[in-house]
Amino acid sequence: MSVVIFVLLRLAPGNMVDILFSTGGYVSESDKQAIMKELGIDRPVWVQYLDWLRDLMTGNLGKSYRYDLPAWEIIKPLLPVTIELAILSTIIAILLGVPTGVISAVRQDTALDYALRVFSLAGLSMPSFWLGMVIILVVVAWIGWIPPMTYVSPAENFKIHLVQFLLPALAVGYRSSALIARITRSALLEVMREDYIRTAWAKGQSGRVVIWRHALKNAMLPVITVIGIEFAFLIGGLVVTETVFNLPGVARLLVQAILWRDYPVVQNLVMLIAVVVILSNLFVDMLYGWLDPRVRYGD
Amino acid sequence: MGTRPGGATAAAELAAPGTRLPRPGLVTVLWRFCRKKPLGAAGGVVMLLMVLTAVFSNYLATHDPIATDAAHTLARPSPEHWLGSDHLGRDIYSRIVHGAWVSLIVGLGSTLLGSVLGGIIGLLSGYFGGKTDLFTQRIMDILQGLPLLVLAMVVAAALGPSIQNVIIAISIPIVPRAGRVIRSSVLTIREMQYVEAARGLGVGHLRIAFRHILPNTMGPFIVLATAQLGSAILVEAALSFLGVGVPEPHPSWGRMLSVSAAEYAQKAPHLVLFPGFAISLAVFGSNLLGDALRDTLDPRLRGA
Repeated sequence: MSVVIFVLLRLAPGNMVDILFSTGGYVSESDKQAIMKELGIDRPVWVQYLDWLRDLMTGNLGKSYRYDLPAWEIIKPLLPVTIELAILSTIIAILLGVPTGVISAVRQDTALDYALRVFSLAGLSMPSFWLGMVIILVVVAWIGWIPPMTYVSPAENFKIHLVQFLLPALAVGYRSSALIARITRSALLEVMREDYIRTAWAKGQSGRVVIWRHALKNAMLPVITVIGIEFAFLIGGLVVTETVFNLPGVARLLVQAILWRDYPVVQNLVMLIAVVVILSNLFVDMLYGWLDPRVRYGD
Repeated sequence: MGTRPGGATAAAELAAPGTRLPRPGLVTVLWRFCRKKPLGAAGGVVMLLMVLTAVFSNYLATHDPIATDAAHTLARPSPEHWLGSDHLGRDIYSRIVHGAWVSLIVGLGSTLLGSVLGGIIGLLSGYFGGKTDLFTQRIMDILQGLPLLVLAMVVAAALGPSIQNVIIAISIPIVPRAGRVIRSSVLTIREMQYVEAARGLGVGHLRIAFRHILPNTMGPFIVLATAQLGSAILVEAALSFLGVGVPEPHPSWGRMLSVSAAEYAQKAPHLVLFPGFAISLAVFGSNLLGDALRDTLDPRLRGA
C-alpha cells in the first residue's frame, strides 16, 4: 500500500503542472521553458519528487504571483473555514441521508417512499449556490434578519458565526444527503432480495434486526463509496457556496486564483484537494475488502 | 426464463424459424412504464418538455432573448414580461426558453462523451485486473482527485469560452466517475460462477467482458449516466455562474444567476427565482427518469 501512495504522490504534482500550463492559454515555448525552470519541473521526475518532498517538509510551497507572499501563508488562514464547513455539511448529509434512504427502501413504493424520494431528489436537483441564494432571500424576507455578509470569527460572536456556517452547510449538506439517501435506498433494495435476507426472515428475526444488521451492512458498500466520493463532491459544492455566502474559505480562494491565474496558489490548492481525495479513495478501497470478502485484490 | 403464453406464437416460430417472438410494441412498453413508474414518467414528461422547448425556442419565446430594453429594467412579472426582466431589460421568460437549448446540448453532449468513454475503461480495467487495473485506476484517481466542478473549471478556463469547450470540460470529470462505478460492479460480477462457466467453455475475454458482464452493469451505468446528465446541467450552470462557462450572447441559466442577479436579488427576487427553478426542474426531471429507468432496466430487480 505504501508503494501505491508513494507512486500516487509522485504522479500528482507533475500532472497538476500540466493542467496549469494549459490554463495559461497562450504560453509560448520559451515562456514555458522559463516557467518550467522557475517551478523546477524541467528536471527528472525523481529529483522533482525529492525536491517536492523537501519543500513540503520545510513548508516552502512557492510564492503567490498576486500577493507576493508564500502561497501557504495565503492558504493556511483560510483552511479552518473550509474544514469547518465541510465537516458540518458532511454531518448534515449523513444524518439526513442514511435514515431517509433506509425508510424509503423499507417502505418501497408507498406514499412515504415517494414523498421521501421526491424530497431527496429535489435536493439533488437544486444547484447549491441557488439554494444558498434562496435561503438568504427567505431569511431576509420572513425573519427580516439580514445575515452578516462578512465573515465573523467564532471568537468575535460565536452565535452569529454558527448561523453563518449553518446556512451554507445546510445548502451543501442537503444536496449531498440526497445522493447518500438515493444510493442507500437502491443498495438496500438490491440486498433485500438476496437469499440470505430471506433466510433471516425465515428464521423469524424481527424486521429491525434484518434490516439494520443483515441488510444494511452489505448495502453500505456503495454508500461508503459515495461518502468517499463526497469529499470531492463537497469541495465542488463549496466552491460556489463560499462565493455566494462570501465566506473566506479555501474554495473561494481557488475560484479567485483561477480567475487571476495565480498558479502557485492554484497548484498548491489543487494538490491539497487531490491528496485529500486520493487518500479518501484509498481508504474506501481498503474498506471494500473488509466489508465484502467477495472482493479480493491480487498482489 | 420467462414463459410466454399463446401457442400461436410458438406455431409461428415453428413455421418461420428465423423470426423472433413478437416483442411488445413501443406504445405498450411506454404505457407499462407509465403505469408502473408514475414518477419516472413524470420525469420523462419534464425531459420531453425540455427537448420540445429547446427545439421550438424560437416560436415559444415572446422577446428576443438578447435584446436589451433600458426603459424596462428589473420589471416585475407582468403580461408584457411574463417572468419579468433583468437589469438590462432582457425578458427572463425568453431567456429561460432559449437557455433550455444550451443546457440540453451541453448536458447531453458531455454526459454521452464522458460516460461511454469511462464505462469502457472501467469495464476493461475491472475485468482484466492486475497491473492494467492498477495503472488505469491510478490515472482515474488523479482525475477524480479533483472535484467535478474544479476540474471542469480548470479545463474550461484553459480551453477558452465556447459551447464545445464547455462540453469537453464537463465530460472529462465524468470519465473517472463512470469508470469507477462500472469497475466496482465488474469486480463483483467477474467472480460469479456464470462468468467462470463462460470462461470454462472457452469464450474469449473481450466477448465475456462485453457480452456477459457488460449487460449486468447496465443498471448502475444508466443510473450513473442519467444522474450525470443532471449534474452536467448543474455544472454548466455553476461554470456559467462563475464566469467560465457558456459565453455571451448565448443565454445560460447559470449566468442568469450570476453576480449581477445576486446584486439585485433583494429588489427583484424573480431574477434569482425563475432561472433556478428552470435548472432544478430540468435536473429533477432527469433524476426522476433515471431512477425509474434503473428500477425497470436492472434485470435483477425486474418484476419485484
